[in-house]
Amino acid sequence: MTTTIDSALTEAKAHGATAGHGDHEHPDLRILGLYMFLIAEGMLFIGLFVAYLTFRAVSPGMAGDLPELDLVLPGVNTIILISSSFVMSRGQAAIKKNDVKGLQFWFGLTALMGVVFLTGQMYEYFHLEFGLRSSLFASTFYVLTGFHGLHVLFGLFLTLAVLWRSRGENHYSDVKHFGVEAAEVYWHFVDVIWILLFVLLYLY
Amino acid sequence: MTTLSERPIDPMYDARPDRPEKPEWRKYFGFSQDHKVIGIQYLVTSFFFYLIGGALAGAVRTELATPASDFVSPELYNSLFTLHGTVMIFLWIVPTTAGFINYLVPLMIGARDMAFPRLNAVAFWMVPPAGILLMSSFFVGAASAGWTSYPPLSTMGPEKAGELIWIMSVLLLGTSSILGAINFIVTIWKMRVPEMGWNDMPLFCWASLSTGILALVSTPVLAGALILLSFDLIVGTSFFNPTGGGDPIVYQHMFWFYSHPAVYIMILPVFGMISEILPVHSRKPIFGYRAIAYSSLAICFLGLLVWAHHMFTSGTPPWLRMFFMFATMIIAVPTGIKVFSWIATMWGGKIRLNSSMLFAMGFVSMFVVGGISGVMLSAVPFDIHVHDTYFVVAHFHYVLFGGSVFGLYAGIYHWFPKITGRFLDETLGKVHFALNFIGFNLTFLPMHKLGLDGMNRRIAEYDPKYATINMICSIGTLLLAVSTLPFLYNAIRSWFWGEKAPANPWSALTLEWTTSSPPPVENWAVLPVPACHPYAYGKRPASMMAGAENLPIIGDVDSIGASG
Repeated sequence: MTTTIDSALTEAKAHGATAGHGDHEHPDLRILGLYMFLIAEGMLFIGLFVAYLTFRAVSPGMAGDLPELDLVLPGVNTIILISSSFVMSRGQAAIKKNDVKGLQFWFGLTALMGVVFLTGQMYEYFHLEFGLRSSLFASTFYVLTGFHGLHVLFGLFLTLAVLWRSRGENHYSDVKHFGVEAAEVYWHFVDVIWILLFVLLYLY
Repeated sequence: MTTLSERPIDPMYDARPDRPEKPEWRKYFGFSQDHKVIGIQYLVTSFFFYLIGGALAGAVRTELATPASDFVSPELYNSLFTLHGTVMIFLWIVPTTAGFINYLVPLMIGARDMAFPRLNAVAFWMVPPAGILLMSSFFVGAASAGWTSYPPLSTMGPEKAGELIWIMSVLLLGTSSILGAINFIVTIWKMRVPEMGWNDMPLFCWASLSTGILALVSTPVLAGALILLSFDLIVGTSFFNPTGGGDPIVYQHMFWFYSHPAVYIMILPVFGMISEILPVHSRKPIFGYRAIAYSSLAICFLGLLVWAHHMFTSGTPPWLRMFFMFATMIIAVPTGIKVFSWIATMWGGKIRLNSSMLFAMGFVSMFVVGGISGVMLSAVPFDIHVHDTYFVVAHFHYVLFGGSVFGLYAGIYHWFPKITGRFLDETLGKVHFALNFIGFNLTFLPMHKLGLDGMNRRIAEYDPKYATINMICSIGTLLLAVSTLPFLYNAIRSWFWGEKAPANPWSALTLEWTTSSPPPVENWAVLPVPACHPYAYGKRPASMMAGAENLPIIGDVDSIGASG
């Protein structure tokens, strides 16, 4: 059996010299790569959440007077963001039936809901009684929600990019729609982070 | 098991037109997506930063040669050791191991490239800008709070701009590391040739997988800490500032949640390389394949649970210190499994004492010293006594220099023929090893004594009673600097004019040696089939088939394409 190594060597030499690059296909691993990336993203948020909880637990500056947060606007925002995940999954269901119009409708609606969420968040920022440096809680509040808001913004860009690309003839089809799937996975992730964030910052 | 003749030649492979290629050297300066080019880019770039980090160390040791602060100002001294640590960790050891992983993993598992070649190139091209950014901070006053950048020192010190540049640079390098890790994990998980099961993987792949997992889950937490730190620095929030109600200890926890695993990110790939090199040059099967493979995963897991042993003097409550003390000591178990397996691998082998093997043996012996002083430091009472002294400096240099750097040199001598198609000169290699080994021990062995005698680290001036030992350390550093010269000369000369290497100069059994040296683009015309376990040296091949006694012994010098 050692001869197999020898012959592999000879054949590799025989064919090796002229090869270019990148023409070989392997199974599509991009979704797996995205999941790996989201593990890293998740650890970033977990790190920030644990820092916040530690501040709550040990810091004298945090324990005393936590500001009363109005729950109506963020509550509505939460409902909008959670619903948008369901709306978006209709988009993927549509493209799996080769229905590009359906994809565009549902993704368009998702983008709209994302815009409403971000607008609501901006409105909340401008009407809160504390600023970034008012207290340790205020700083943590703005950094966590702001950082999450940036993620929503990025998810919004992904959704808009899918919409833009879907104009192309047969760009997405029932068998080829990685972009749709990736945007959706990312959006769900941002959604889950928001739920944790809402519980920790507003309810806890 | 499939044999090679059953595997069809890839139709894409021959159908490709011959393209006019750019001149060979230019691809090394461009956005190449070939894992081998990227691997070489990592290796050469990081070695360049190793020289810079070494120069910074030289400046530090020159200052410390005499007790008075007479070579540089104390402020500049702070910047020198800060950037020395940062460069050596983030711009030399981490990217150079990434270079080896990039170059070797696809070749070892029979893949044509990494899973995400473009992402791979993006990850590499974050390193040079980050390095240039970091070095440029000397013009505005470089960061001077140590590589740990603890607040409030880092946020209230004079070098705000330098500190901010430091944060940006480390964030960039961390992102690069995360993107690299995604590639390593997916590639090793999904891109092996179909015949290679998990337990047929070379041990370097196991080590790379563990490294990838560690980098993936721990680096983001450092990023979180640095984001909060930059808010404190720029906006004036008080996350880590006690006067505003914040808590600097939270930064330490977040920092060490990354930076302790970072030690394993820097040593695990080197463990993997040593597990490849020792069996090849001992002509024996590796002792305890599964024990070594799974101990990498054990170190990966335990490594995430020990970070607060860096914080025994930070007001950590006693029960927590107890937990971290025992968790830290437990890490000695999987590490010890590896060390004893390596020794058992060499035991009774037909050892080739070439430069690669010398550095590998140097690695095992020096790493054991660093490992033992590590167990000493994990004991709370002892740690409180020597915390922030030169004992700690000696300990981590035995791990990171005597360990990682010796192992990296062993890897360079071992795989240089594969990467360049030419041998490094053996005589120069042995001179390099001798100078390096003596210089290293002369520099760092006396530091144990300095630390036990109470000399603090990170100070430019010290009590004259430490003068003699410090002078010895500084002379050792000079020797270390000199030891790099034969290597540099050797590497540059051999790359162009060295003796030509055959495909498999060491008669090794892992798959990277089944292709030519250097390998063609996309590595093989026909993907290779592992003919036997990667470490089946000296065993009769396939005792499962009749008449096996007539077959040559696997890995016997005469049996496989050996002419070196």
